[in-house]
Amino acid sequence: MAKKRETNETQLNREITIEQRETEGLSLGTIVRRRFFRHKAAVVSLVVLTMVTVLAFTSVGTVVGGSGLLVTDPETRRLTIDGFRIEGWWPYNWYENYDVLNQGGQPTMDLANFTIGEHPFGQDTLGKDIFARVMRGIQQSLIVVLIVGVLSTVIGVTVGAIAGFFRGRIDSFLMRATDVVIILPLLVVGAVLSRNFGGDAVSLAILLGALAWTGLARLVRAEFLALREREFVDAARVAGASNFRIIFKHIMPNTIGVIVVNATLLMAAAILIETSLSFLGFGIVAPDISLGQIISEYNEAFKTRPWLFWYPGLFIVIIALTINFIGDGLRDAFDPRQRRLPRTDGAINDLKKLIRNRKAN
Amino acid sequence: MLSFVARRIAATLLVLLVASFIVYQLTAMSGDPLLELRASRDPNVQARIDYLTQALNLDVPPFFRYFLWLGGAAGCLVGSCNLGLSVSRGEIPVTEALSGAVASTVQLVALATILSIIVGVAVGMTTALRQYSGYDYTVTFFAFIFYSLPIFWVAVLLKEFGAIQFNRFLAEPVIPTTTAILIALVLAAVVTGIVGGGLKTRVRAFVGALALSGLLILFLNLTQWLKYPSIGTVGVVLLTLLAAGVVLLLSIGFGIRRGVIIVTGMAAVAGALWLPGQYFFLYVPGAAGIFGWIAIMTLAGIALGLLFGGDGRKEIARAAGFTGFLSGIIMVIDEALQYWSQYVSLIPIKSGFISTIGATTPTIKREGNMWLDLLDSYAHLILPTAALMIISVAGYTRYSRASLLEVMNQDYVRTARAKGLNERTVVVRHAMRNALLPIATIIPVDITGLIGGAVITEQVFAWNGMGSLFVRGLNAVDVNLVMGYVMVVGLMAVIGNVIADLLYSALDPRIRIS
Repeated sequence: MAKKRETNETQLNREITIEQRETEGLSLGTIVRRRFFRHKAAVVSLVVLTMVTVLAFTSVGTVVGGSGLLVTDPETRRLTIDGFRIEGWWPYNWYENYDVLNQGGQPTMDLANFTIGEHPFGQDTLGKDIFARVMRGIQQSLIVVLIVGVLSTVIGVTVGAIAGFFRGRIDSFLMRATDVVIILPLLVVGAVLSRNFGGDAVSLAILLGALAWTGLARLVRAEFLALREREFVDAARVAGASNFRIIFKHIMPNTIGVIVVNATLLMAAAILIETSLSFLGFGIVAPDISLGQIISEYNEAFKTRPWLFWYPGLFIVIIALTINFIGDGLRDAFDPRQRRLPRTDGAINDLKKLIRNRKAN
Repeated sequence: MLSFVARRIAATLLVLLVASFIVYQLTAMSGDPLLELRASRDPNVQARIDYLTQALNLDVPPFFRYFLWLGGAAGCLVGSCNLGLSVSRGEIPVTEALSGAVASTVQLVALATILSIIVGVAVGMTTALRQYSGYDYTVTFFAFIFYSLPIFWVAVLLKEFGAIQFNRFLAEPVIPTTTAILIALVLAAVVTGIVGGGLKTRVRAFVGALALSGLLILFLNLTQWLKYPSIGTVGVVLLTLLAAGVVLLLSIGFGIRRGVIIVTGMAAVAGALWLPGQYFFLYVPGAAGIFGWIAIMTLAGIALGLLFGGDGRKEIARAAGFTGFLSGIIMVIDEALQYWSQYVSLIPIKSGFISTIGATTPTIKREGNMWLDLLDSYAHLILPTAALMIISVAGYTRYSRASLLEVMNQDYVRTARAKGLNERTVVVRHAMRNALLPIATIIPVDITGLIGGAVITEQVFAWNGMGSLFVRGLNAVDVNLVMGYVMVVGLMAVIGNVIADLLYSALDPRIRIS
């Protein structure tokens, strides 16, 4: 019995001490990091996402610079990609056709025997290696996610901060402009892009980022409206700080939680938006590749070759899921209101009690 | 209040104006509407190009063409809409194309939305009440997965695997023993998770739920219910009893004897009215029969409550009326299922019951029987509804869970507990009503937003709604059609937001709009 109380107390202590340490003068970063690393799902997600990223970039290598278009090498008469090509350890690339190994290009991966074979995710009718295509798709989709995240955060935070801090006319003008952006259908913008500008990943990402900041702007504005009335802002103003300094040095750090969490969730939404647009043919279009574009390209072949469909979809889910979990972990880390306390009731604990009592007798 | 609404609408009209200009220019920029014609070798092609150029004012640059369009659209304010012609839809007026598509989209999304709200809120709130239990973790995990699923992937998977496999199963619907045991175990685990409590309660709940679901599956197998589904008098009575239980749990509770007797008495009323109901459906055909019967059942409940309700007659009449309403729906479903074998004999054998494409089966349409049409449209709705629900249920679950958790930590909930109210009253009366406030305000926005159509779902299931109209318009660079879509969707978004604001101030007296 005594031992049980002890474990309960140490557990409780651990909970309390983190809260107490805040008053002991740990930085916000340290507290957030510690809380984040206690969120198991978020940590696992972070590891998985890192592994997927590393796998995608090292396996088939990547292309830096250049137009990304496919050109035929005059000497070897093989297809190459325009730009500086960094080779990976995977023997195949995503744009050349190879001999179809299995019948119909069936996947050679055999989980029962732990062999992955030549083309683990299968091949399409032309003999393209699906593994390489999926890896390249992941790269492009991740680049889209990253650019969308950075761009929309910058725009959203700037618009929200200015609107919330200055209020009045500037605020209503910016908020009406935000409403205009909300109404603009992504599909129309995507159609213009894919028809007139070729629809490559980077331009789609910039476009999505230029349209996806509206929610964040509204949230940041609400935070600024509340925070600008606080005493520390008055104190800074009395001390002679400029508006610029008040916004960035005094108010912004207090909204960092809202910004980080929502930027993360936005990135999770971004990959789904990108893949959906590409699926409809209004996003990334061939010869560029993304996970949505692969599914769109092979959509008709689904009945006969489901593997063309399984793996890109699986990786979309993995990426969206891990980013969502990381966002959830960040939310818990920044928002101490939703602190987890160990349960003292419930069936598992009842069962433990039962076993403990039996042992004691 | 009036000035608030007026100002909001004025501001949003301005926003719509600016947005419509941008969309018009972008769409016009995205391609050439006459591209196909120009490539054609038809001798009459030049006349056709001239005609379309004339009809669509293609000789005017897009910047000025927008104002021509705006002149026609402004007519909508005085009741004579002219949104131009739609080239991709055989040159019918855009208003005509839109009205058909809106009806079709509403049919598609209405059921999915209502079901997602009910299921999502119910699941979210039960997980909040059992926070950090195994049930909570499992549901949260699945909510995250569903939330991360791309809808086109889900839709295609459902279409190719779900429909085909399920149709094959429905041809000879006997649930194998191992599957049956698995289903029963999962169901029992879910029930146990919701019931919660200590080890004893849980074991009891688990065994009870296991036995009940086992018996249910046995019943389904023995009667081949999945092949010949029917409800019948006994089914109507039992389902009404179940509905009465749920209504009681959420309204007046089981403490007031009079109330419990009246509300559960609705089951007896439903049983007694089953046969008259058959004649009612026979003599009052069409939608009037359906809605008339549901109204009759509702009124029967209200009358019963008012007559015998005693002191709490208002609350009891409300609960009984709601039970009557649900019972009426159950009886309508019962009536529709009586046409089941006729329906199965009429549909093409190859396609199976669950349909993957379109909204109706032509052979059924020709029959002209409302009940067959009803069955047919539900057969077509199952898959898209499932695809839409998987995604949106997850959102509602997360949202209502967070909302109820927030409320459960409030001081007034502690006060309610402290003054000795039982847990049901605390949760239903004090916590749940307040937790529903923020959810009530997102619902109008969601519903009006759904008019925009589930673009991808419609695409995958070949449904001719707003979404596919929009995509088709974009593909054909049909500027008028795209503009019509954008205007309808933008207007609905504005209306939804205004309703949400008004609703919030009406429900929560702390909020004042100005």
